Amino acid sequence: MTTVWVPSDSSARAVGADEVAAALAEVEGVSVRRNGTRGMLWREPLVEVETDRGRVGYATVAADDIPALLEAGMLSGADHETCIGVVDEDPWLTAQDRVSLARIGVAEPTDIHAYEAQGGWAGLRRAVELDPADVVEEVVASGLRGRGGAGFPTGIKWRTVLQARDGGADQAFVACNLDEGDSGTFADRILAEGDPFTLVEGMTIAAVTVGATEGYIYCRSEYPDAIARLRDAIAVAAEHGYLGDDVAGSGRSFRLQVRVGAGAYICGEETSMLESLEGRRGEVRAKPPIPALHGLWDSPTVVNNLLSFAAIPMILADGGEAYAARGVGRSRGTQVFQLAGNIARGGVYEAPLGITLRELVEDIGGGTRTGRPVRAVQVGGPLGAYLPADRLDVPMGYEELAEAGGMLGHGGLVVFDDTVDMARMARFAMEFCSVESCGKCTPCRIGSTRGVETIDRITSTPAGAEGRDQLFVLLEDLCATMTTGSLCAMGGLTPVPVRSALTHFPEDFGGSPR
Amino acid sequence: MARAGRQQTEELTPRSARAEMTREISQRHAGERGPLLEILHAVQAEHGYIADEDVMEIADLLNLSVAEVHGTVSFYHDFRRRPAADHEVHVCRAEACQAVGAAELWAAAEERFAHREDVEVREVFCFGNCALGPSASIDGRLRGRVTVDDLATAESGWSR
Ligand SMILES: Cc1cc2nc3c(=O)[nH]c(=O)nc-3n(C[C@H](O)[C@H](O)[C@H](O)COP(=O)(O)O)c2cc1C
Ligand code: FES
Repeated sequence: MTTVWVPSDSSARAVGADEVAAALAEVEGVSVRRNGTRGMLWREPLVEVETDRGRVGYATVAADDIPALLEAGMLSGADHETCIGVVDEDPWLTAQDRVSLARIGVAEPTDIHAYEAQGGWAGLRRAVELDPADVVEEVVASGLRGRGGAGFPTGIKWRTVLQARDGGADQAFVACNLDEGDSGTFADRILAEGDPFTLVEGMTIAAVTVGATEGYIYCRSEYPDAIARLRDAIAVAAEHGYLGDDVAGSGRSFRLQVRVGAGAYICGEETSMLESLEGRRGEVRAKPPIPALHGLWDSPTVVNNLLSFAAIPMILADGGEAYAARGVGRSRGTQVFQLAGNIARGGVYEAPLGITLRELVEDIGGGTRTGRPVRAVQVGGPLGAYLPADRLDVPMGYEELAEAGGMLGHGGLVVFDDTVDMARMARFAMEFCSVESCGKCTPCRIGSTRGVETIDRITSTPAGAEGRDQLFVLLEDLCATMTTGSLCAMGGLTPVPVRSALTHFPEDFGGSPR
Repeated sequence: MARAGRQQTEELTPRSARAEMTREISQRHAGERGPLLEILHAVQAEHGYIADEDVMEIADLLNLSVAEVHGTVSFYHDFRRRPAADHEVHVCRAEACQAVGAAELWAAAEERFAHREDVEVREVFCFGNCALGPSASIDGRLRGRVTVDDLATAESGWSR
């Protein structure tokens, strides 16, 4: 029997992995197994054949290609134009510093023995032996900052919840933000589908530390595969004693469940997510109070992004210092970057913070998929800035990007070639805000609609026409009102992509005012 | 008010089979914390959409006002108040897909299916498939690198 691996990741499935798996299953002497993706999405479906040399990969395989590949000797790892050699030796993978992605794409995602064999549960085992305050200090020492966008130090957040518990709060909760609504981001999804135990372990460490007995994963409904995989993983982890009444033999109890969103971008904002988890309209809450003190059902709550939780097992296993040894400035550790949009080699790439945008887009991403010049890169999701091609030398760090007028956000990079119309993208930013605003505050709800109208008027008014300059003033006024007057960053940051498009690409608006 | 009115009619007319089913489904989740979204998902999975009588039933069971339940249903894009069309074409219109032609794909989908009442074309903002766009979900199945021709292929696979 030859074992052949075909990813079950939903991006791989979206380009035919299930059909490939079905075709291979028909072949005599082949046993098909389904792994997560390795993260080299442009190569999906990437089929891996187990050989004496290791697992040999064949890229972008279609079901129709199977007969020819078999003919060429695929089952013995023979060379072929689609063959990429031994996958573990592929330079795109070996050049990464995979901490959170350490186990992705190798085994079946819910194979708990494989997880353990690859170093899983070591962090949890250490965490249950330490004093909770020492676990928190380990996370503080790691310098880990929230990967959901705001970049708040995770250890400080945990410390706040722990102190509230020590101060007498009788319940605490742990909640994972798996809403991942930003265009150009998919790292949460890939980890949830491909290595769900890493999230389970990270959340369980948080729970035993702050004394939470219940946890929730709030997953967007657009991710049905992730939802199913996480539910399976939770059941398997409970069967093996990593969840339930006696977590890893610690005598402490923790139960975890997945809750499904219902198609609302704003529910990724943490207070909106809490409202939604409690079963209401996802309208944002005014802060303060912060969720760490008054979160789910008014109890102290750890709310973290999936990637923040996914860094925790390693931090506990190897120590906070080991994580903090990576990075740049005040941005410590690694980031799972997501290379998206018009890019030749799209996928997930984990590297220490501080790598430059240019390295990611050009060297690693290989430039555009269309082969045309890069014109703009949107960094950090729909609320992030558009950076022009001559500004790509910025190091990827929180402060470094802020200085360049951008933000790291959730680490997604969306590449555009020179055919992009930046006035259209600016209009889209406003349109998106008007569609997805929760409606609670006026600057966001009404301002975004006025923004769409104003940009339409600018682009439909000929250059030099009377009143055109005033439209730019009006747009800037709107941006200022939204920035300062919105209740949350949805309305508050929508002006960022708009202004960056105006600043760097005025020609697309028919020229900026005199 | 709504609740009192409901109880009166209850004595006169027996609950419909649908309402019975909705109550049964809702009861399965009623013991959980903050169960409303879970219930709405389950009810929609059963009936295909959420009708007025479902809203009343759920409100009654959870001891919420009808307005509160209705307000929650109407907030979220996923919940539908009418039966679904036979076919669903959901096209991603978000930035990463726009970078590789989503605007054209969206326009083509709208145009191609404009005359078909049995096809629902809906915009979606990101499926998390942003490296292999443009993305669309056709009858619930996610696809990447979708071309305008793929829409025609999908349509030819549907029997009228
Ligand atoms: C409009 C908006 C959308 C957001 N969407 C997400 C999201 O999809 N996922 C996420 O983790 N954080 C999102 N955030 C950030 C959260 O509010 C919050 O900062 C985060 O979940 C905290 O976890 P972290 O500290 O681990 O990043 C969003 C914020 C805003 C304002
Ligand atoms: S932007 Fe289209 S799938 Fe993410």
